[in-house]
Amino acid sequence: MKPKMLSRRGFMRQGANLVAASAVASSLPGMVAAMGNVTVGFIYVGPRQDFGWNQAHWDAAQKIAAMDGISVVEQENVPETAEVEKVIQSMIELDGAKVIFGTSFGYWDSLKAMAVKYPDVLFTHIGAIWKEGDPTNVIGYRGYTEEAHYLCGIAAGRMSKTGKIGFIGSKPLYFIYNNANGFVLGARSVNPELTCNVVITGDWNNPVKEAETTNALIDQGCDVIIANVDSPKVSIETAEARGVYTCGYHSDLSSLAPNGFLTGAEWNWASGAEFVQAFLNDDPYPNLKRGGFREDMVALSPFGDAVPQEVRDEVMAAKQGFIDDTLQLYTGPLFDNQGNQILAEGEVKANSDTPFKLGIDWWVEGTIG
Amino acid sequence: MTGTGFMNTMEAVAINAAAFVITMVLFGLYVTWLGHNPLDVYYVLWLGSFARQISIESTLTNAAPLMLTALCTAIPARAGLLVIGGEGALVVGGVATVLVGVLLSGAPFLVGVTLMSLAGAIAGGLWIAFAGALRQYRGVNETISTLLLNYIAIAVMYHLITGPIRDWERVLKTSSWSIPEELRVGALPLVDVHWGLAVGIVTCLILYVVMRKTTFGFGVDVLGGNQRAAQMAGLPINKMVLICCFMGGAAAGLAGAFEVTAVHGFASESLVVGFGYAGILVAFLSRQNPAAIILMAIILGGVAASGGLLQRRFDLPDATTQVLQGLLFMVVLASNAAYGRLNIFQPAAWRTA
Repeated sequence: MKPKMLSRRGFMRQGANLVAASAVASSLPGMVAAMGNVTVGFIYVGPRQDFGWNQAHWDAAQKIAAMDGISVVEQENVPETAEVEKVIQSMIELDGAKVIFGTSFGYWDSLKAMAVKYPDVLFTHIGAIWKEGDPTNVIGYRGYTEEAHYLCGIAAGRMSKTGKIGFIGSKPLYFIYNNANGFVLGARSVNPELTCNVVITGDWNNPVKEAETTNALIDQGCDVIIANVDSPKVSIETAEARGVYTCGYHSDLSSLAPNGFLTGAEWNWASGAEFVQAFLNDDPYPNLKRGGFREDMVALSPFGDAVPQEVRDEVMAAKQGFIDDTLQLYTGPLFDNQGNQILAEGEVKANSDTPFKLGIDWWVEGTIG
Repeated sequence: MTGTGFMNTMEAVAINAAAFVITMVLFGLYVTWLGHNPLDVYYVLWLGSFARQISIESTLTNAAPLMLTALCTAIPARAGLLVIGGEGALVVGGVATVLVGVLLSGAPFLVGVTLMSLAGAIAGGLWIAFAGALRQYRGVNETISTLLLNYIAIAVMYHLITGPIRDWERVLKTSSWSIPEELRVGALPLVDVHWGLAVGIVTCLILYVVMRKTTFGFGVDVLGGNQRAAQMAGLPINKMVLICCFMGGAAAGLAGAFEVTAVHGFASESLVVGFGYAGILVAFLSRQNPAAIILMAIILGGVAASGGLLQRRFDLPDATTQVLQGLLFMVVLASNAAYGRLNIFQPAAWRTA
């Protein structure tokens, strides 16, 4: 761990004199409130520097902390137990938090319970599963990372020499199917002959299996690897050591693979800043929001040195396509890898067609595994 | 006798208090080395654990499962066994609770909750009693077997919640079926802490009486002190070991039952968050005394509760709390060497010459 990761936030700096003067006086708990700031609390299920899921939220926390009049308090390694509610209450009552970002799926029930108890506090959750009847001070939001995977796929398709790429997934869930499909569709948009081997590890977090799987995929001839697990660190480092290309997931992982990193599919959880702003201004906010590049809810990692300019241009053009909504991920004719026709010639699913995406439990043509 | 007993109690109190102070001084040095004012840190520790209603509630919420899982180590320890299977017993208890809870849909609240708790306790009890039986009849070391039984329990739970009893509606979090909503246990009156706390305290007190005030408890102490002597005295040692293991496992199973009925409503990997292992720590800090477990669980619960505030106020890493816990554990264990060496607590010191 770096000694001073976070700037220790504004309140420590501004409160330093106060602390020095009053040592242990009971002024400490009032410090946050005394600044006239709005406090936003982030709760992570794991370590925030995990080169993965939690780090993506930490990135957002840093961006939101940089907003005017906002201070951020953070707590990591909070398990999905009765402890979550106590941490939330502690943040609200001791730190004066007005907005709580619950960044793990399993916090959902606790967030809802606390939203009822604290109607003046805004809660956000990453599952986008809010439904009519849930407390209105809860927001669910989530990005279409499959669009970013499509862009990774383009880079992978251009860079792969063997015409075989590899995708490691954690669990057979709709968004993993979508991400893999995006990756394969992107790659095959530039190399129609390319195939992608998919392996599901079954765990959110199983570094040993992820390393083994990465090696196995490379042994099978795959020369671009992307891992959809909680922390792709091990997979990326393994691939880098084997001298093949990698794409990142969750947050910017380019530092892990200086030679082989192409680009990566990132969340942009900082888009939640708009909810904070709306909440503070008493403006209306949605309770449910999904979106891709067009809504600025996903992002692309910086390109690695290995990626030549013409590939970068091609990827950025596709990104613009998503932003302008001129590029759709699922367009007919589309077949799954069992030969079943999913979309007929000319049939197009909008990028915002969430019900369609939620129902996906098939791999597109070109996927092996 | 009473005089000696009082002296022993005073000795334990003095030594533990000294250990606590030494721990705090060491921790103060540690945070000073990290560049923080130790007085601020002490204040935040206090603020986060006991200073406010919410702090106390956090502390007690953390303490509740620890009281029960600590018994899983403490009770067999009195019979001379080192059982570290609280994690597994908790998981097994939680799964049994779910299975019974699902069957009990529509049952009256009290009947349902009683049966679910019993199911959790019996499952956990049998789980650890199995390890006790392996030791008594097959010579398998109980520390190793309970450690391995933890992995087996967790694996069995994963097997069940990913297939046979999986709730497929919960897409992103793999979990079992949920128990009926009307059988969920709420919070205690006055403090917002679930009923597992009350059950934990009562269980600790009952077992304190059983282990300290009954002939059975005395027999177990003899057995724990010297197995050969217990055999010579004709004590039914196999039976006593099994009963101790069952009681300990049942307590941890109850912890699992309340994690399900009061916290989650279903079994999932959230049952496996280390309550069982933290319980071992509490048991040793309490010197295997069921009544002391209540206090020690609350102290460790407070350390955990204020750990979050330490993170937030000083940007200390989460592991800081573990440093504090580790220091406390080491100092308390080291302080055991002081027992019997402080003359002031020896009857001889008070004898007039």
